[in-house]
Amino acid sequence: MAVAAERAPGAAVDENLLVVRDLVKHFPIRKGLLQREVARVHAVDGISFDVRRGETFGLVGESGCGKSTTARLVTRLLTPTSGQVVYDGQDISTWPERRIRPLRRDVQMIFQDPYASLNPRRSIGTIIGEPLRLLGIGDREERRTRVREVMERVGLNPEHFNRYPHEFSGGQRQRIGIARAIVLRPKLIVADEPVSALDVSIQAQVLNLLQELRDEMGLTLVFIAHDLSVVRHMCDRIAVMYLGKIVELASGDRLYDHPRHPYTGALLSAVPTPKASAGRGRRRVVLQGDVPSPVAPPSACRFHTRCWKAQPICSEVEPPLESKGPRDLAACHFPLTDGEVEALTERPEVGQLPNE
Amino acid sequence: MPLLEIEDLHVSFKTMDGVVRAVEGVSLSLDARKTLGVVGESGSGKSVTAQTILGLTRFPNATISGRIMFDGHDLVTMSTDHLRSIRGARIAMIFQDPLSSLHPFFKVGHQIVEAIRVHEDVPRDVARRRTIEALRSVGIPSPEERFDSFPHEMSGGMRQRAMIAMALALRPDILIADEPTTALDVTVQAQVLELIQALRDDFGTAVILITHDLGVVAQMADDVVVMYAGRVLEQASRETLFTEPEHPYTWGLLQSIPRLDAPRTGRLSPIAGSPPSLINVPRGCTFHPRCPYAPPPAFETEPALAPSEPGHLVRCHLPVEERKRLWQSLQNEHPALR
Amino acid sequence: MGAYIVRRTLWAILLLLVVSFLTFVIFNVFPSADPAALRAGRNATPALVHQIRINLGLNKPFYTQFWIYLKGLVEHFNLGYSYYNSESVKSEIFSRMPATISVTVGGFIVWMLIGLPVGIVSAIRPRSILDRVMMGTSLVAISAPVYFLGLVSLFLFAKGTGQLQWFGAAGSYVPITQNVGVWFNSLILPWFTLAAAFAAFYARMTRGNLIETMHEDYIRTARAKGLRESVVITKHGLRAALTPIVTMAGMDIGLLLGGAILTEIVFNIPGIGRYAYDAIVNSDLPAIQGTVLFGAFFIVFANLVVDILYAFLDPRVTYG
Repeated sequence: MAVAAERAPGAAVDENLLVVRDLVKHFPIRKGLLQREVARVHAVDGISFDVRRGETFGLVGESGCGKSTTARLVTRLLTPTSGQVVYDGQDISTWPERRIRPLRRDVQMIFQDPYASLNPRRSIGTIIGEPLRLLGIGDREERRTRVREVMERVGLNPEHFNRYPHEFSGGQRQRIGIARAIVLRPKLIVADEPVSALDVSIQAQVLNLLQELRDEMGLTLVFIAHDLSVVRHMCDRIAVMYLGKIVELASGDRLYDHPRHPYTGALLSAVPTPKASAGRGRRRVVLQGDVPSPVAPPSACRFHTRCWKAQPICSEVEPPLESKGPRDLAACHFPLTDGEVEALTERPEVGQLPNE
Repeated sequence: MPLLEIEDLHVSFKTMDGVVRAVEGVSLSLDARKTLGVVGESGSGKSVTAQTILGLTRFPNATISGRIMFDGHDLVTMSTDHLRSIRGARIAMIFQDPLSSLHPFFKVGHQIVEAIRVHEDVPRDVARRRTIEALRSVGIPSPEERFDSFPHEMSGGMRQRAMIAMALALRPDILIADEPTTALDVTVQAQVLELIQALRDDFGTAVILITHDLGVVAQMADDVVVMYAGRVLEQASRETLFTEPEHPYTWGLLQSIPRLDAPRTGRLSPIAGSPPSLINVPRGCTFHPRCPYAPPPAFETEPALAPSEPGHLVRCHLPVEERKRLWQSLQNEHPALR
Repeated sequence: MGAYIVRRTLWAILLLLVVSFLTFVIFNVFPSADPAALRAGRNATPALVHQIRINLGLNKPFYTQFWIYLKGLVEHFNLGYSYYNSESVKSEIFSRMPATISVTVGGFIVWMLIGLPVGIVSAIRPRSILDRVMMGTSLVAISAPVYFLGLVSLFLFAKGTGQLQWFGAAGSYVPITQNVGVWFNSLILPWFTLAAAFAAFYARMTRGNLIETMHEDYIRTARAKGLRESVVITKHGLRAALTPIVTMAGMDIGLLLGGAILTEIVFNIPGIGRYAYDAIVNSDLPAIQGTVLFGAFFIVFANLVVDILYAFLDPRVTYG
């Protein structure tokens, strides 16, 4: 399957810190006397992408698209049903937990809910220092010093070492989560919706912090979110997911200036912009209906049930994820033309777009 | 003559940690057929203000003062009995999370029928028919079957539509929507906002839309109020708020959002610090600890909400010319703000 | 749902088998009085005791004994014969069931009639004086042991022994078919004694559940629709808050049907609980087996009923 359109021929594999190939994760639904599997939730249904060292790779999509499941597959918190997860040249897809454990030093995760992801019975010093303790790094004094260092770096007062999570605000808790993730100096951080639960003014602070840390520590970042503006701001390349598949993969600017897949177009069109002229006299694409169930996804192109450009072929032949223009990939039989893109996004030349 | 007028509303709650001053001296007005956007982050007091309109904050530990004038009556001092006749029928409210806001044990159709029969003495089958029509009008397919669905059997978007159907079933004069799309995906959000717009235009309902999302406000509102720490900091028409905002907090909000319609910038410009405690509110201007431009008076006295132009109220010590100048220079630095 | 029931039933049978086996093992592994010696009575010769042992089949290895027991149980629903008086354990238990049912059902009604309203009233006015008094009393009722409460109530209220000769004395139980009045009178004190701790517990649970439920978002929506507060509390609040309570009550009934031992002992009621106690004292293994099995059966059955009930009460629950 052709992926990573930007890879120059003959480039060393080392360039990619993380490679995902045909990754699949199905969750069985069991019913009946013998608990036979009657159906499956096709959470992730064959996705492939590469993440280069030092890159910030974005995964964007709405609920049920599989991005959170992908995050957990990549960090091996889940085991793939099939497919490969290759980290730093090693295929870790089927490794048992004890073999993966040493890798956890290099691969860390930041979670969405700052209120649920911290153990309320532990002091934040303990929480942040736990990775060091579990991997047997340094003695108590050294760990404490390191924890204080990290706390200061993320903007927390090191003297609050002994306080408990409930004494902190949402934004501060998220900083604690970040501190815990970076204390081991990882190479790769997977951030699953790290700012969605935060107030707008705090989001910006935390995003800036992530960017600074990334630049200082040379981190590779997989950034998952549903907020397109945030993803665009943070990421070099972005994959758009829908019902377990990647429908478009392009560099940040490219994706937003010239989306190819109609779903991407609809997503961009749906984001309300904080501008006085917003929404006035502009017709956007508003998708009809709801996202189909991942238990019984539509045939061939999964988006065809809601796509205003759909033709018969879309329900018969699944469009492959392939190059649709320089340096980007989309899975669509009828990608958006430049004219359609103009009509969808906030351009001065507003056109009418048929809206079924 | 405004449809709803809130005058100097104060709401505070006695808690074990102290007195939480959730709403301090808020005054707003809503005209018929207009949409008022109330913008604020957590702790701004926007939800408490909205809920107080319907008397939903009348807890034993609450102290409420001020006036909320509706149809010649003061809702603050109105008896709960009288208020109940207004709830749902004249003023209706929808909430953020439709899954938790609908009763999990009752069918959706039943809950809407209940909303109708509280206020109108109609037979069950008539109410049922009206409910099915209401579900149809909000775009729920197969409404006859959906009548018998439980909330958890519907998708998030459909649930919110059902809540809207329930709120508008009796054609209220005012719809209060408290973060109606925050829990929804962005494409579903677009659907729901479009629905609210359409129904608003069809029925002539006035809407109070509460949100933290400036984009939503830009799309939906005629007038906007920006709240912070229980106070109104700025109030203006939508046009004015986005082209000539005059409060440093509003500027901060506009600057700190990554924008789709502008080139990518290196770093965002966040507002420093975090929202204040509502128990220990900062002295002077509540925003001054986070304000890059705070003049000396801001440390001592709270500024009053004063008009800088007709219809544009700002609560700030900085002189008007100074504010306009600062906004100009901010726009020069960040072209996206134009 | 059907598949679920079948699955649960199969597991239940397995569970009862395991329980049965464990009882057997415990009886044989841990020291207890020799049932043959007890049966032989005082002044028994060793030869007599030995003979009784053979009669009772106690000389066989314990797994053989268990196998014989199991065969009898499965093939003839025979629970064996008491070591103490050679009566059929099954008939002994069945004859005692009405008494236990009387105690349990009556106690259940009393504790629900007291506990639920107390809990509801306390929840509506949390932290008021009324609430504090009720919860404080509950704490006392939960803390006082059943036998203590039983003895105190006999001392205060029972005919013959009591200060106020209002209700039936211990041992005055007669079956309902014999004399309704006496039956009723004899059960008043046992009912209230049994109910005390349960009522208190249920009051606290109801209070907690209802307070929590009243904070839910859907309660706010109900008020926003203009419903009267009484309707909000009963139709919207209680419906959700009481569902777990009702199912808990089902399990408690299951537990008690296996024999409310302490209550039956204190008030000398000839129920299954009393029988179990006597069986233990007499090292009467078949009787112990029988009561344990019955108790386990009721608990397992009640559990299943309660789980199925839950699926009807809460539409979010489905079983595959």
